[in-house]
Amino acid sequence: MADISATGADARLAEARRQTAAAARRRRWQLLSPALILVGVFGIFPLTITLIYSFLSPGTYGGVTWKFSTDAYVQFLFERDIFDDTLQFSGTYLSIFGRSIGLAFGATVGALLIGFPTAYFIASKPANQRNLWLFLITLPFWVNLLIRTYAILLIIRDEGIVNIGLMWTGIIDQPIGMLYTDYAVFAGLIYSYLPFMVLPLYASLEKLDFRLVEAAYDLYASRFQVLRHIIIPMAKPGIVAGCILVFIPGLGAYITPELLGGGKELMIGNLIALQFSGSRNWPFGSAAALILMVVVMVSLIVYVRYSGKEGSNHG
Amino acid sequence: MATNSATIQQQSPGESAGSAHDIMVHAEGVTKTFGQGSGQITALDNVTVDIRKNEFFTLLGPSGCGKTTLLRLIAGFDLPDAGQILLDGQEIGHLPPYKRPVNTVFQSYALFPHMSVARNIGFGLEMQGRPKSEIKDATDKMLALVQMEHLADRQTDQLSGGQQQRVALARALAPRPKVLLLDEPLSALDLKLRKEMQIELKRLQGETGITFVFVTHDQEEALTMSDRIAVMQAGSILQVGAPKEIYNNPARRFVADFIGDINILDGDLDPKGERVILPGGAAIGALLPAGAAREGRVSVAIRPENMNLTAPDAPDAALTGHVTNIVYFGAGHNVHVALDGGGEVLVRRAQTDAQIGAHVGLSVPDAVQVLVD
Repeated sequence: MADISATGADARLAEARRQTAAAARRRRWQLLSPALILVGVFGIFPLTITLIYSFLSPGTYGGVTWKFSTDAYVQFLFERDIFDDTLQFSGTYLSIFGRSIGLAFGATVGALLIGFPTAYFIASKPANQRNLWLFLITLPFWVNLLIRTYAILLIIRDEGIVNIGLMWTGIIDQPIGMLYTDYAVFAGLIYSYLPFMVLPLYASLEKLDFRLVEAAYDLYASRFQVLRHIIIPMAKPGIVAGCILVFIPGLGAYITPELLGGGKELMIGNLIALQFSGSRNWPFGSAAALILMVVVMVSLIVYVRYSGKEGSNHG
Repeated sequence: MATNSATIQQQSPGESAGSAHDIMVHAEGVTKTFGQGSGQITALDNVTVDIRKNEFFTLLGPSGCGKTTLLRLIAGFDLPDAGQILLDGQEIGHLPPYKRPVNTVFQSYALFPHMSVARNIGFGLEMQGRPKSEIKDATDKMLALVQMEHLADRQTDQLSGGQQQRVALARALAPRPKVLLLDEPLSALDLKLRKEMQIELKRLQGETGITFVFVTHDQEEALTMSDRIAVMQAGSILQVGAPKEIYNNPARRFVADFIGDINILDGDLDPKGERVILPGGAAIGALLPAGAAREGRVSVAIRPENMNLTAPDAPDAALTGHVTNIVYFGAGHNVHVALDGGGEVLVRRAQTDAQIGAHVGLSVPDAVQVLVD
């Protein structure tokens, strides 16, 4: 008797558990739905349009004509001869990609070199002062990027404060042509994205247990060895995050190269923008955007895998 | 016998019997203050102490007494405001930590979480730029010494508290420092493990022949492990001595109070300063530490286990009183006696047939310790 009723109770309990679990699952989907709708409408839907457009033919006055074509992707690597219609390899767009990657990479390294000491400085301040320093770091973000970039333009142009200052002190007699060079773009990128580097670095350095630093000093590690063997490995998550956050927007930057590079040294962002405006080649613009996305995704996966492995190799 | 015992002069606190070449650490007039203005705290006030070669030396005191500060000054994490610290005859007071042949076992262990157990242990030698083979040999030897060979490749966060403790010890011992500093390393362990590690530490000290400087607030730990103990309070060293000396002959009221249970009675020194007259009229030998008054009112200290219950009219009954309470604690009994002259004392006996309310006599040792306030 007792056994039978116990089995019955077990079955009822199991059924009740199943119902609770099913209800929890339903509730999870309900709670997730706003996020899923957002991702769908503003992420996947536009991306799908871009993908479709990249396989269509350009319309004469912009837009697309609904005719399937892979020309956009072919155009990226090859040039069609006007006379005999043969394809010839052309590195023009590859070199734009190359220069963009180079500039974004350089800006990432530059931001890391400037951002790391900055983040360390803030993290080593007393807790009640750190928020003030972080506030100062994020302060430029309160002003639109376009305005900030114009400000740099005004500072470094031939008649800008830097050249006037240098000429007034007699160090130079001719203004240095800083504007509209790769260096200007490089400096502009570092300036624009530096906070993206400092904030994640600060987040991981702030968690750093300074007793570990003390322990390393105690075990004969010099200042440089402490940095290399303790602080940098411990700050690795912040370094990885900061580099990603600077490299990706840097690679697709539009305003900075447009204003400081003068539009003559194209970056990918300008190339894409140009296809949708002056060149009226929407499919090629879409293709370039997708190629950029794939490049970023692949390099990101490689980077995260590599840096993750590096971390566990320390163990 | 008791009446014939002469005054026994004791060593002054901090004085050392060792000659210069026996001394591993010599601190002279070391002062360290933290903070500024009215918030300034003197963590160490003109401290002078000698730590001998190959000894297990303990800095014992309540929190905030300056024991950890002294340890950090020897390690080099802080620099002294005044005074000097000599290590094996060499002034090291202003060297950075990585230039001192001194290693520390931290209270928090401070193991490097991104390194394996083996690499943690080899870290000191690695930083000194020793060859790989030497690092490997030393690491293996240290792993064996602390019985952790099977965990060499583990990450440190996969270890239990006791295991982390052993790794921290091995890491600090691997570079063979002249002095090993231990900053309350056992405080995070549970009681059973702590007792094991106390014996383990003593064994390691014997096997390695390295001078250990151990910081603790646990008086039992200090008595169990040390060759000598320095009792500290408010930035000063009050008394330095072997555990037995510290326990049986505390020179200062604070030392007596801090270590174990003790009865402190008022008495009067006789004019020659050789005997102390207890409230009951009994005169017993006085052990006078340096700096003690040579006449007048004094405090004397007697350990509960050094007193015995007798009949109130027995010849060795120096004090009399009524038993107010008897508390059994396993290893013995605590008998509380209200003295006829006022005040209460504690007597500790393994066995007792005393009854609550009984009028009893109390015997005391031949000579008792006079305390300096």
